[in-house]
Amino acid sequence: MIAVIVFWTLAVITVLSAMITAFSRNIVYSAFALLGSFAGVAGIYLLLGADFLFIIQIFIYIGGILVVTIFAVMLTQGVADMNISNRIVGLIPAALIALLAGAVMLEAILRTPWPHPGTAALNPTTHAIGNAFLGPFLLPFEIASVVLLAALIGAIVISRQAARAEA
Amino acid sequence: MSSGVAVWFPIGVMIVGSAVVVGTMVSINRLLGPRGRDSAVKSEAFECGNPPSGGAWGRFSVRFYLTAILFLLFDVELVFLYPWAVALRDLGMFGFVEALVFIAVLAVGLIYAWRRGALDWT
Amino acid sequence: MQAWLDSLIARGAFGPHPSPDLIYGAAIAIACALVLFLVAVPFASIVTWVERRVWARIQSRIGPNRVGPNGFLQWLADGFKHICKEDVVPAEADAPLFRLAPYLVVLAFILPWAVMPFASSLILADLNIGILYITAVPALTVIGILMAGWASNNKWSLIGGIRSAAQIISYEIPAGLAIFPVVLMTGTLSMQGIIRAQGWAPDRWFLFANPFCFVAAVILFISGLAENNRTPFDLPEAESELVAGFATEYSSMRYLFFFMAEWGNMFIAAAIVVTLFLGGWQFPAIVQSPRLMNLLQLATFMLKCLFLVFVSMWIRGTLPRVRIDQMMSLCWKYFVPISFINLLGTAVWVAIFPDGNRFTQWLMLSFGVAVVLLFLARVVAFTRRARMELYFHPTI
Repeated sequence: MIAVIVFWTLAVITVLSAMITAFSRNIVYSAFALLGSFAGVAGIYLLLGADFLFIIQIFIYIGGILVVTIFAVMLTQGVADMNISNRIVGLIPAALIALLAGAVMLEAILRTPWPHPGTAALNPTTHAIGNAFLGPFLLPFEIASVVLLAALIGAIVISRQAARAEA
Repeated sequence: MSSGVAVWFPIGVMIVGSAVVVGTMVSINRLLGPRGRDSAVKSEAFECGNPPSGGAWGRFSVRFYLTAILFLLFDVELVFLYPWAVALRDLGMFGFVEALVFIAVLAVGLIYAWRRGALDWT
Repeated sequence: MQAWLDSLIARGAFGPHPSPDLIYGAAIAIACALVLFLVAVPFASIVTWVERRVWARIQSRIGPNRVGPNGFLQWLADGFKHICKEDVVPAEADAPLFRLAPYLVVLAFILPWAVMPFASSLILADLNIGILYITAVPALTVIGILMAGWASNNKWSLIGGIRSAAQIISYEIPAGLAIFPVVLMTGTLSMQGIIRAQGWAPDRWFLFANPFCFVAAVILFISGLAENNRTPFDLPEAESELVAGFATEYSSMRYLFFFMAEWGNMFIAAAIVVTLFLGGWQFPAIVQSPRLMNLLQLATFMLKCLFLVFVSMWIRGTLPRVRIDQMMSLCWKYFVPISFINLLGTAVWVAIFPDGNRFTQWLMLSFGVAVVLLFLARVVAFTRRARMELYFHPTI
């Protein structure tokens, strides 16, 4: 009963924040509203008994991606002009992408055997994830480091160009 | 109450509690504090007594953005290593070598960033 | 506590048909409220008085001594003063975000108290991933500070907010890496689990378990200073350059919240170091009564934390501020590489000595004692010299 109330509260927070992000006329509001949807999703992970994933969501999405997004928004020139965000650029490609992503998500939702919210036992998941990295997911684990390296090099190259343009 | 997700109940209480603390204190402040004495000078941005020279919402150095990106990458790496650290005792030598490769690849990244001056703040 | 509640339910204290879940929930909620209003908020406020007295001593002043004995009630007076002040929202500011920011900052300061291991059975939530939780929460402070800096529409606020955010996220990396030695040795992320793996005697603390742990502890403490914008890393609110940093435009209660959170976070940073490296609440089992034992453990934990808080005040009273390039290079060019070496070194150490090495522990402990003694000898020598100069030149 309580779990259901918590779930709906989190779901409403997530969706409302996502709507602010999508429809706000002020791009800074869009960026800050992401906090609500990231935190709401984190709460839902927790409700499903995935405590490590919850921490990851806070570590990476709220602590990392959200900060980078806010920095990027603040770096944008003329951000104080309220109407630069959400111009309708390419309605058809956007609809296509949304449709495709929606289909994938629907497939995933229908296939997953969901535990009932709140009844999921809270086993320590961290240890199991650690073992999985060294067993079946060895290659993805190592590839992840290469992906991170590529992202690092890319970021440095791009920001050096930006720094040169600034100077 | 001792099993499952209920362990996290205090965190929920704390979230509500902190909002209550701030909300009440700000409301009391509104009741007790002087009000309605706004003037154009008082409500303008503080710039050491001078009239503000334009708004603050301009651009700032791209250095900060690069720092944020660097942080994000190393943050992701940390998160990959936590499960490994917890499980290392069972994984033995193989686990150690695997993490060594993982860290070595990222050490290359750190050295690259260092050599290209991304860690310098000038 | 659950057993006590069960006995109360059995005796019919809650009526003939009690609902256990509801009673447990209410009890936990009351416990949370007690921690919040009797520990977290008053502590963060009282520390302001302690800090002002400590600085005054360091700077040969007296400090606040009028309100109450030795000025002890100064924190209440400050609170009342702030609550009676006018709450100004600048005309050019972004009002909704300006009002929301203090909520986030206070939330980030309140949340860690839920996993604070005060004693062996005094913890609100002993999470499987407690230590990750307590290091992940500063992320909310970053968002709150950025929001405050942006919404003020003031140049000082924006620069202070962005500097603060860059500083906190940078030092989160060495702080996160400094946890690894302990996690590698214990194989757990729970706060209580980590404390239980240590002993009450200093040679069983993780601080002295091996050289890597010692380095990690120092890095963690310094990163804690940087994450809370404490001197020598107080660039975001450098009074002489940025007025009050991201809090420049804030007044009355909202202003107080930022500083309450800052002082409270100092205690939390100290508590992380104490939990990971200084044995937490561990106390020799000299009494039988579990209740008395918990009280002794609580006192031990608080005293250790307060000592580290005192050290941070001491640092604030004596060290000058670093430049931003020095701060960033300290983080990325020293702390991050050293932490990675630490991580690998501990992994090797754990492989060689799965149960620790007594000889190293004693060696490290005697090294630590020697450092402290040497330091005290220097302090004594300096005070003696200063007194001598005063004797010869009474005018200075």
